[in-house]
Amino acid sequence: MLEPVNVSMESLNLMTLAPMLIPIIGALLIIVIDIIKGGLDKTLYVGLSLLFLLMDFGSLLEASGVFAQSGTVMGVFDVMLIDGLAILSQFIIVGASMLFIPLALTHNRFHEFSYPEFFALFLFMISGFQFMVATDNLILIFVGLETASLALYTLIAMHNRDKSFEAAVKYFTMGALAAGFYSFGSMVFYALTGSVEINQMATVLAANNYADIGYVLVGVVFMLASFGFKLSLVPFHTWAPDVYEGASAAMAGFMSIVPKIAAFIVVMRLFEFLIHSGVVWLEIILYIFVIVTMTAANIWALVQTDVKRMLAYSSVSHAGFVMAAILIGTTQANSALFLYWALFTFTNLGSFSMLWISRQKHLPAHQASDHSYDKFAGMIQTAPIAAVIMALFMLSLAGIPPFALFWGKLYMISSAVTGGYTVLALIMALNSAIAGYYYLKLIIYMFMKEPVVGNDGHVYVANSTLALKSIIGFAAVGTIFALVAVNPLLEFITSFVYNSGY
Amino acid sequence: MLDHILSILIFFPALAAMFGFMIQKDSIRAYGVAVATIEFVLSLWLWFAFDSNVSGMQFMEQLPLIPAFGINYILGVDGISLFIIILSAFFTMIGIASLTDTKNVKNMIVTLLFLQMTMVGVFAALDAIVFYIFWELSLVPMLYIIGAWGGPLRVYASVKFFLYTFAGSLVMLVGMLFMAYFYYQATGMWSFAILDWYRLILPETFQLWLFAAFFIGFAIKVPMFPFHTWLPYAHGQAPTIGSVILAAILLKMGTYAFIRFSLPMFPDASVFFMFPIAIIAIIMIIYTAMVAYAQEDVKQVVAYSSVSHMGVIIIGTFALNVEGISGSIFLMIAHGVVSGALFLLVGVIYDRRHTKMMSEFGGLAHVMPRYATIFGLMLMASVGMPLTINFVGEFLSLLGFYQQSHILTLLAGIAIVVGAIYMLAAYKKMFFGEVTNEKNSNLPDVNKRELLALIPLSIITIWLGVYPKPVLEPINNSVESIVQLMHDKSITQEAKSRIPNLVKGVEISRTTAGEAH
Repeated sequence: MLEPVNVSMESLNLMTLAPMLIPIIGALLIIVIDIIKGGLDKTLYVGLSLLFLLMDFGSLLEASGVFAQSGTVMGVFDVMLIDGLAILSQFIIVGASMLFIPLALTHNRFHEFSYPEFFALFLFMISGFQFMVATDNLILIFVGLETASLALYTLIAMHNRDKSFEAAVKYFTMGALAAGFYSFGSMVFYALTGSVEINQMATVLAANNYADIGYVLVGVVFMLASFGFKLSLVPFHTWAPDVYEGASAAMAGFMSIVPKIAAFIVVMRLFEFLIHSGVVWLEIILYIFVIVTMTAANIWALVQTDVKRMLAYSSVSHAGFVMAAILIGTTQANSALFLYWALFTFTNLGSFSMLWISRQKHLPAHQASDHSYDKFAGMIQTAPIAAVIMALFMLSLAGIPPFALFWGKLYMISSAVTGGYTVLALIMALNSAIAGYYYLKLIIYMFMKEPVVGNDGHVYVANSTLALKSIIGFAAVGTIFALVAVNPLLEFITSFVYNSGY
Repeated sequence: MLDHILSILIFFPALAAMFGFMIQKDSIRAYGVAVATIEFVLSLWLWFAFDSNVSGMQFMEQLPLIPAFGINYILGVDGISLFIIILSAFFTMIGIASLTDTKNVKNMIVTLLFLQMTMVGVFAALDAIVFYIFWELSLVPMLYIIGAWGGPLRVYASVKFFLYTFAGSLVMLVGMLFMAYFYYQATGMWSFAILDWYRLILPETFQLWLFAAFFIGFAIKVPMFPFHTWLPYAHGQAPTIGSVILAAILLKMGTYAFIRFSLPMFPDASVFFMFPIAIIAIIMIIYTAMVAYAQEDVKQVVAYSSVSHMGVIIIGTFALNVEGISGSIFLMIAHGVVSGALFLLVGVIYDRRHTKMMSEFGGLAHVMPRYATIFGLMLMASVGMPLTINFVGEFLSLLGFYQQSHILTLLAGIAIVVGAIYMLAAYKKMFFGEVTNEKNSNLPDVNKRELLALIPLSIITIWLGVYPKPVLEPINNSVESIVQLMHDKSITQEAKSRIPNLVKGVEISRTTAGEAH
């Protein structure tokens, strides 16, 4: 005879679900609207998505107020965990999505945006990522991860080019493999500790003093491989350039930011206690991952002939750079991760949007790929403002002060210095110098070469509308005046990270 | 207004450059000259308002940028930086005024004005991160100037210039972060302010490592001997204006940074590395002089001779006493004036003949007498003839180093004399003898626009050569306080004995003054 379960509604703390439920409601609403009256214009769906994301953002502001007052909140049978990490990463996820959605309002007509399902899937994906970061339950993380990933595969495929199908299938296969690894890793940890909650696992493992270190190793390797795929760490990065190339530029920019910050949060929760457990080989494995990812991706990026592939490798390299924060594991390093990613959001979305507005429907004969370097030759003479903005994003990615990403790099390298990783700090600095070359290559093409004959500069803005221009302007302003924002951002982030105990 | 004169000096050209985008193409030159003249007048006003009896920082400004991480916008000027700021304003002005017909002249002038912002910023910054911002930012306009208006190998030259310097300064950035961290450990506060760092006394091993990190950044910029390979390409490919600014101002950032950062922050390490660096500097003087002798392109001769003289500046700096450091700062200004003028002169002949090969010329003294006279004057100044500006600096630098080592000074002195050979040989090839090449027989002499730039430079060369006191005095005052700081901060016995203690003398004179009352 089962006892009736008595749970008061208050102890469930359903408000913790609000930020995730808002995009889900939005997605359902979009589907319902489509059922009632089909064939509506994409502007409607863009507007609706933006509204729901804004509401989502508002609920996050609310949640951050609660956190600032009373600290971490648990809810729904203690499955939801709204701490500083969850709130900060959701800010980045929702903020980047709000910058992304208006990119659908292109001048040219693109297949995917004419389907309302695109926007519904997009909102489902956002809520998936939000679930992923707002819990330390391995099962809920898995559910969030898969919800988001499956939606993302579909969104890539909807771009409806040969290469996008290839990209989607490739990403799907790799993602399925990663999911398999993830469930294996979780299984090992569950077998070891009898819990699927990360903090429980940490307590149990610390209590028996890491007696089963061999099994921990197996679990860690599976987990690392799984998140290696999601974060595109070398050698699990092979999908990244192809998928970025196949997806639309806007989607590629989105992929380089949002899925990664979600994965970083999970990695941070999982590895925080493992790194501090004093297990040396774990540190060595991460160290190797960080250095190889940064350096190898940089070297591959040097030889690319297509700007979008170059940016793909560059974002792999940036992921490696940020992974160093997990390795260092101090409060400063974890705050640096958020600062870096917040600034990276602006710059990277900006540079991918610059590619997006120059998207042509048909390739001219002299051009090998959509965004080959030659396409940008002599851009300063035909489209000077666009060239200057593009150069700005490149300088920021290269880490030239005072543009946005410099401050992220500065704080990150500083955290390596304070954490006692001197060699790592030097390698990070020198990697920025290597990276300088390929960003510079685009600037050289734009500013120092003669334009291709017959190029009147129209191609650079072929796809532009007011919406796209304002997003790019927003990103450019964010990149230039990051200096002003860094201090409040840093104080905010540090207090949130510190108060969640990382 | 005087309270914020340094900010005005930094951001006025940048603001003017923004407005420059909307100026009509044909009027942009006048606009550029006007802006640069205002800037120069402002810098003269700075000199006028500068109190040369004060050794510390003047016109300080402070504004928090990222207080959570100890980054503040701090500006200030002392005798060391004052004249380099004036020099950069001056060279931007005459550079724009003497600009010959270039394509995309609007882009060029806007770029030059942005470059000026970064140059003034580097020399006025008293916060390491603000310094670093301007230091890095100065690469971008120069990259564009070399890459867009340069010779056939311009892309290679500009990229090499950029990457070389960028890599070096990133190592320096790690050094800065360490320095801030040590300050944090010592005081519990993050700070990147240079004046705060001055108060921090570090153990010798830390000093050695940090000195090395900063050294890589600065040595590439100077450029010192094994790191100098980017410079001949940059000079060879850059347009005249690019070479002038590069030689006159941008290279000085490295030597200035040695005096601003390395010496006062790491006195023991400076003493430890004094002789290795002096030997590198002497190799640099002799080796580049020999390379210069082998050149056939007159611009390369000037470029290598410029590197050669940077070696003398380094020697003076690492004499670590008042004469040497003052001499090296004076020589920075002198070198700026003279090598800037020489690059302008090379530009004059290049505009007429579109070649820089010395074998193409010969007997130019007959055709262009005024040109030959000014070139001769600058050449004499460059080889360090007494009563010219370079002589004062070189003499003081070597005098300073003589107190540390007789033999090395003697070697350096001989090397400078040898340096005269290649300059005179180049002069002979170009100017003396008969006019052998038909194309040279009808060259017009220097015109008014070129004289506008060259005559002030000639006057400065002679004036400061004969009477250096107005410049030397403020420099001396500030250098004395730095040397005293180094002496007080140094830990090792070796350093205490190598760096002179100045206070004793001051104290004695104070007591005697007290007795007199």
